[in-house]
Amino acid sequence: MGLLKGKVILEIAGLKKCHGSKVILDGLDLEVTRGEAVVVIGPSGCGKTTLLKCINGLESHQAGKILIDGREAGSPGFGWHEARQKIGMVFQSYDLFPHMTVMENILLGPVRVQKRGREEAAAEALALLERVGLADRKDDFPRQLSGGQKQRVAIVRALSMKPELMLFDEVTASLDPEMVREVLDVMLQLARAGMTMLIVTHEMEFARVASDRVVFMDGGMIAEEGKAGDFFREPKTERARRFLKTFYFRAD
Amino acid sequence: MNLEFMQGALPLYASALLLTLRISLLGIVLSLVLGLLCSLVLYQRERERSRALWGLGKLVCVYIEFSRNTPLLIQLFFLYYALPKLGLMLSNEECAVIGLTFLGGGYMAESFRSGLEGVSRVQFELGLSIGLKPLQLVRFVIFPQALALAVPALGANCIFLIKETSVVSIVALPDLMSVAKELIGMYYNTLEALFLLVLCYLLLLVPVSFLLTLLERKLRYAEFGI
Amino acid sequence: MPNSGFEVLLSVNNLRRLAVGLGGTLEIALISVAIGLALGIFYGLLLTSKNRLVYGLCRLYLEAFRIVPVLVWLFLFFFGSAIVLGVNVEGFFVSVAVFSLWGCAEMGDLVRGTVTAIPLHQWQSAEALGLDKWQVLRFVIIPQALRKITPPAVNLVTRMVKTTPLVVFVGVTEVLRVGKQIIEFNMMKNPLASFWIYGFIFMVYFLICWPVSRFSKKLEERWAF
Repeated sequence: MGLLKGKVILEIAGLKKCHGSKVILDGLDLEVTRGEAVVVIGPSGCGKTTLLKCINGLESHQAGKILIDGREAGSPGFGWHEARQKIGMVFQSYDLFPHMTVMENILLGPVRVQKRGREEAAAEALALLERVGLADRKDDFPRQLSGGQKQRVAIVRALSMKPELMLFDEVTASLDPEMVREVLDVMLQLARAGMTMLIVTHEMEFARVASDRVVFMDGGMIAEEGKAGDFFREPKTERARRFLKTFYFRAD
Repeated sequence: MNLEFMQGALPLYASALLLTLRISLLGIVLSLVLGLLCSLVLYQRERERSRALWGLGKLVCVYIEFSRNTPLLIQLFFLYYALPKLGLMLSNEECAVIGLTFLGGGYMAESFRSGLEGVSRVQFELGLSIGLKPLQLVRFVIFPQALALAVPALGANCIFLIKETSVVSIVALPDLMSVAKELIGMYYNTLEALFLLVLCYLLLLVPVSFLLTLLERKLRYAEFGI
Repeated sequence: MPNSGFEVLLSVNNLRRLAVGLGGTLEIALISVAIGLALGIFYGLLLTSKNRLVYGLCRLYLEAFRIVPVLVWLFLFFFGSAIVLGVNVEGFFVSVAVFSLWGCAEMGDLVRGTVTAIPLHQWQSAEALGLDKWQVLRFVIIPQALRKITPPAVNLVTRMVKTTPLVVFVGVTEVLRVGKQIIEFNMMKNPLASFWIYGFIFMVYFLICWPVSRFSKKLEERWAF
């Protein structure tokens, strides 16, 4: 990771996305360099989730460019199937595949998609589970786990593909409050280890601590971005100020 | 009851039971295959807009409606008495199996389809996001869950189909009903004949429904998983 | 159309005979539907009984009709009536009895499912509004239950209509038998008669059952909560 640090892995230019007549993303530009942890915040409905889904091709866009590791999505020779192997995604709903054990959940990608040896992949999966404190649950079924545990497994499942970029879509928003911490801890650990991450969240404290850069989205585009410390201390735009205010009012 | 008579009749019932079993089994297996194929066509049609699939899907829909809205008895009459006039000769057993498959395929297709529809959308995005290809997604993620959801309905269909085989004597097959009817007609041992008839059907159906309950319990994970 | 055999369906006399045969089957179906569904409502309420003996007996009846094919029941009643009653009961009455009992069992299970599916808090929140027991039933429970039960009950009707051709096995003159007579009568001059006659009966059943099951499906979609 060290050598490539500073190289752009994700480049988005003029991204546009509509649902019928409703504009979701309105000419959005964003760049993520390797080793960076970028937090995306913004009012609900501003297009954060759609942005993430466009980045790994779960939603199509109408205009603009997405470049993943220098290759443009949709250009000849580009395949989402390959691109998705470089991009891990963790969703808001902490669903696993309910018919598979924790270990099978994690191995599905490495074994079936990347055609890696089962034993080698399993050893690595176990090491990852160890890191999130769930090694002893490897043979459990998802229904035997709590929401926080499932979400941690989901993170491991994404990591096991050795992604170069991780997308997190409000991964703690559906969790019971007492489980939020354990998931955020894992993410913080990852950020500190130098993983490239694009994180949509409402956890402001986490954003402040874990991110290198904060991106504030509003109305389908980026309204402001900056270093986490600066942004939270002194937002430049009125919209960001108003958004943060509603937030802190809730916290008071 | 005349035990001696019953003893004498046992081999007749046994071979009739085997016949019913054979026809049911063939019919069930074939209608599972047919139903699965139909449901996959319909399922893929919703995802992929191609003219060929659209036409095929329409055809499947028409077939399902016909199979679910006509009596097996009439289907069999048509196969056995009408088709030979067009030059298509089928043996009685072929008629029975084809009839049962025509009937069962529609029911199985509906069960598979509701199973497939029961798998949540999130599972697609999960599967795609780890890089699975469409076929892998169906094979490893969607289908196993859909199957677990569909098992109760599929099981009910199996029992339904076994029961429906009771009409195959209409195509001159020596099944349980025709054996019973013959014994009553020839020897007037009505009580014994009916007793053995019911016994045979219970012997056939009670274990099947018991097995299905067990299977359902084993597959219960489909309901909680999430 | 020489020799296509289609003429057999153009004869008014043949069509009238087929219609009469069909009418006989449908008559049995409709009488049984009426009796079965009406009895089924009471039987379904019995199935929700907390009394173990009552529940056990009701359950036994349900399972018996679930597991033993209807045709076997027809045989049991048809041939068994001679043993029990000492007289041969006509196929028509045997059929009505068996199909009513079957319909009652299936309807009962639907009613039971519906009643137990209405959550307790519906009762409680209605009572909390100050409605009395009868008003709760009248304004809250029954309207919900009706919406829930109508689609599967309509479906049960088509199942019964589809199953009634079985009465041919107990000597009732119905459409298949009439068809056979017409075919045999035309055997010499019209060898393709059986194709048209059975094809016709097949289509008629489809045209009776199909709209009804579509209606049931539509209701289900519209009334899904």
